[in-house]
Amino acid sequence: MKLERRAAMAALLAGRGDDLLVIPGLGSTAWDAASAGDNDRNFYLWGAMGGAAMIGLGLALAQPDCRVAVITGDGEMLMGLGSLATIGIQQPRNLAVIVFDNGVYGETGMQPSHTQAGVDLIGVARGCGIASCLDVRDEKELADLARRLQNLRETLFARVQIAAEEPPRVLPLRDGVALKNRFRVAIGIETRPVGAQERSGQCGFEPL
Amino acid sequence: MNARTADWPDRLFETLKRGGVRQVCYVPDAGHARLIERCRADRGIRDVALTTEEEGVALAAGAWLGGERAVLLMQSSGVGNCVNMFSLARTCRFPLLMFITMRGEWEEFNPWQVPMGSIIDPVLKLCEAKVYRAHAPAEVAGNAERAIQHAFGDERIAAVILSQELIGKKVWTK
Repeated sequence: MKLERRAAMAALLAGRGDDLLVIPGLGSTAWDAASAGDNDRNFYLWGAMGGAAMIGLGLALAQPDCRVAVITGDGEMLMGLGSLATIGIQQPRNLAVIVFDNGVYGETGMQPSHTQAGVDLIGVARGCGIASCLDVRDEKELADLARRLQNLRETLFARVQIAAEEPPRVLPLRDGVALKNRFRVAIGIETRPVGAQERSGQCGFEPL
Repeated sequence: MNARTADWPDRLFETLKRGGVRQVCYVPDAGHARLIERCRADRGIRDVALTTEEEGVALAAGAWLGGERAVLLMQSSGVGNCVNMFSLARTCRFPLLMFITMRGEWEEFNPWQVPMGSIIDPVLKLCEAKVYRAHAPAEVAGNAERAIQHAFGDERIAAVILSQELIGKKVWTK
């Protein structure tokens, strides 16, 4: 019996703490994250397929005192497999890439993905030099992943084997500028949610 | 090229430092070799080698979410790899600053460089990038300053094109 995706997302994000920053990948994982409770520290992707893990890397390098969780689907991850190689040589201690793997492209009609035909994302991640790789198949292993995420101190990759199902969509905010600005306000980079021109002290060059 | 004009990569590096750039990502390119070397040697800059240029568009977005400035270095052929990922910067108004070394436009030996090299100006403009071009060493740092201002001051896309006549032609026989 494979894990149910909404319950798996809720388990990973329960009691998340302000230092957990989440990049939910394009498609079902974004709806899953929204269903677990909207949060300013979620940067939902409505596009940029294949880019979730790299957004997570840039964020993890910029915010070394925060934990960053990229939570995306197998199709989205397959489009950016090279990013696992890039992450493998950077090894940030605060980045987890978690793939909800159901073996299908859920948003486009449940067509089979490469993982259903045997492509092994754990093997890819390990081959890219990510030493900590978890294969999550049941509740116990999910609880272990949630604990590892709570105490993240290494680059972590996890595949969460979920059932191929389509729970009702829970759509988050889709205005990209608003998502970006509220995220930056939440982590204290911006002091108020305003446009670029109105920001004080933010010109091209930083004060010397 | 004399010693003074050949040091444009060092002037560019200093401009990026002064502009507060903390992450520099790239697909290696001969024209960027000196700049990449300077970035790798600098403790205040995280250098991130990419497998494909579009990774850098996403990395720069993540960096800005976290309050850091990133720069993407690539060769002109890489622009084609980025087109869909530019949507991320365009939709969310992420700053994206690129330095692009040209191939396929001047004394090019390899015809396979021409198809992409010949269209990067219109492609970048269609993708809402402000395009700057340096033909001579003395024009590099000034263009970089203006592009930094445009990208990070206004959360926009800026591309500085480094012409092939500036980089010099690739030597095929030694």
